[in-house]
Amino acid sequence: MADKFLQIDKVRRVFETKKGPFCALEEISLDIRAGEFVSLIGHSGCGKSTLLNIVAGLLEPTDGHILLANREVTGPGPDRGVVFQNHSLLPWLTCFENVHLAVERVFGATERKAALTERVQRALELVQLGHAKHKYPHEISGGMKQRVGIARALSIEPKVLLLDEPFGALDALTRAHLQDELIRIIAATGSTVLMVTHDVDEAVLLSDRVVMMTNGPAARIGEILAIDLPRPRERLALAGHRRYVALRAELLEFLYRKQMREAA
Amino acid sequence: MGAVSVLNAVPKPIPLAPAPVEADALRPAVDQPKAAPEPPLYVRARAPAWLPRLLAPLIGLALFVVLWELLSKAGGQLPGPLSTWHSAVEVFSNPFYRKGPNDQGIGWNVLTSLARVGIGFGAAAVVGIPLGFMIGRFRFLSDMAAPIISILKPVSPLAWLPIGLMVFKAANPAAIYVIFICSLWPMIVNTAVGVRQIPQDYLNVARVLKLSEWKVFTKILFPAVLPYMITGVRLSIGVAWLVIVAAEMLTGGIGIGFWVWDEWNNLNVQHIIIAIFTVGIVGLVLEQTMILLARRFSYE
Repeated sequence: MADKFLQIDKVRRVFETKKGPFCALEEISLDIRAGEFVSLIGHSGCGKSTLLNIVAGLLEPTDGHILLANREVTGPGPDRGVVFQNHSLLPWLTCFENVHLAVERVFGATERKAALTERVQRALELVQLGHAKHKYPHEISGGMKQRVGIARALSIEPKVLLLDEPFGALDALTRAHLQDELIRIIAATGSTVLMVTHDVDEAVLLSDRVVMMTNGPAARIGEILAIDLPRPRERLALAGHRRYVALRAELLEFLYRKQMREAA
Repeated sequence: MGAVSVLNAVPKPIPLAPAPVEADALRPAVDQPKAAPEPPLYVRARAPAWLPRLLAPLIGLALFVVLWELLSKAGGQLPGPLSTWHSAVEVFSNPFYRKGPNDQGIGWNVLTSLARVGIGFGAAAVVGIPLGFMIGRFRFLSDMAAPIISILKPVSPLAWLPIGLMVFKAANPAAIYVIFICSLWPMIVNTAVGVRQIPQDYLNVARVLKLSEWKVFTKILFPAVLPYMITGVRLSIGVAWLVIVAAEMLTGGIGIGFWVWDEWNNLNVQHIIIAIFTVGIVGLVLEQTMILLARRFSYE
């Protein structure tokens, strides 16, 4: 059970387009352990976000199914926390209210008001934004918005955290900072994570395993790379680490030699 | 300077008579990089930025009055600004008198017109906004309503007046009904567009959290559509205020539009000009109020 906490079982996905059916994913199978951090990496258009959306329940698989803790995923639900690429905070709600909307939905029936407020406060403090809770999204930076998104996803205590290129829209320094932050948060919460990324360093730094996907259409899992670097990981110490460099090289090899994009 | 030379390992350049500018202005910055920011070398004396912005409209108004004066002097029966002003002072010194049904102060006339606009427009909001939500949300309804709206929207609202008179058999409800019709379309169309413009991201948040329909409406749909709705309301009020003057000219009774027509029959041109300005100023106030409201509810 613990080894197959999240099961992606022979998932296929075909989109109906004007030019006929388009097969985005061709039979993807993947088991993720509880507490594991798995990254999906591949060139853009390889269907990695499609796969994440299927796990989130926002898309339905054409064939195959998703099992989370042995229960089939039939639609979206708060047992999976999703962090969207572009934060998706509601601009008319403060940071506090954005998180509260999620907390209230999941715990509102069983807990008192004060307990809900406490949960929101804790989630915001986890991402170090306790001081900004009464700010509106347009009043804070892009990195802070993304942190609120993470707080919202974690506040509902999901079984699995789904990250869709969470730092893709941020500048390099902010991205590095948030990656470090995510390492700390995941260490503290022990969350199971599935993350979509196209950033090789990000994948190696954060993951236990990196799933490399072939180019679409009909994308498959190309290779799976176990990142056997000790934790806690530290960006600067790793930069010159021999194993880190080797793993990174292996990923680059896959992406830029084996899966070269034609005339990209 | 010396430090730079050493780092670059080039022979120290022989300073050619150090320029006074460098000594005064640059040296402190180089030698003490962490010194407190220097005061600016000079401050350009210039008028505050708001002055031309205040002056321009005043000049525009003054030119307008001068032009008006010239036109009235050129002959014809157009009263000049000064005689109109004296007449206006008189009219506004007692805006709320009543001497029978056809002779009431300008205040009553404006208020009556505003009341008609308020009722007709309010009814249009009550009908149009929910209709707009439904048309925006359901494709089928939208396709159903599209031909009707497309055909009726360009019709001058006054064309509806005879129908109103026929149905209600009275002038006042007919005028209100015309306001209702002309306010309805912008309200429906803008609300529907707003509903269609809601970013999928927001709806995904709702789906992931499995929010209840009520929460989706109050926390996502309504706030997302509100700015569009306010635009619809603003356009509607603008059109309604335009139309009421014309409608009242036709229906008679009391109201600023009727007042204009009545003063024309009395050949009191000063009063007509006063009415034009009054209508304009009330319209401006309505518009600005709506813009303020829109700003209050716009995000980012």
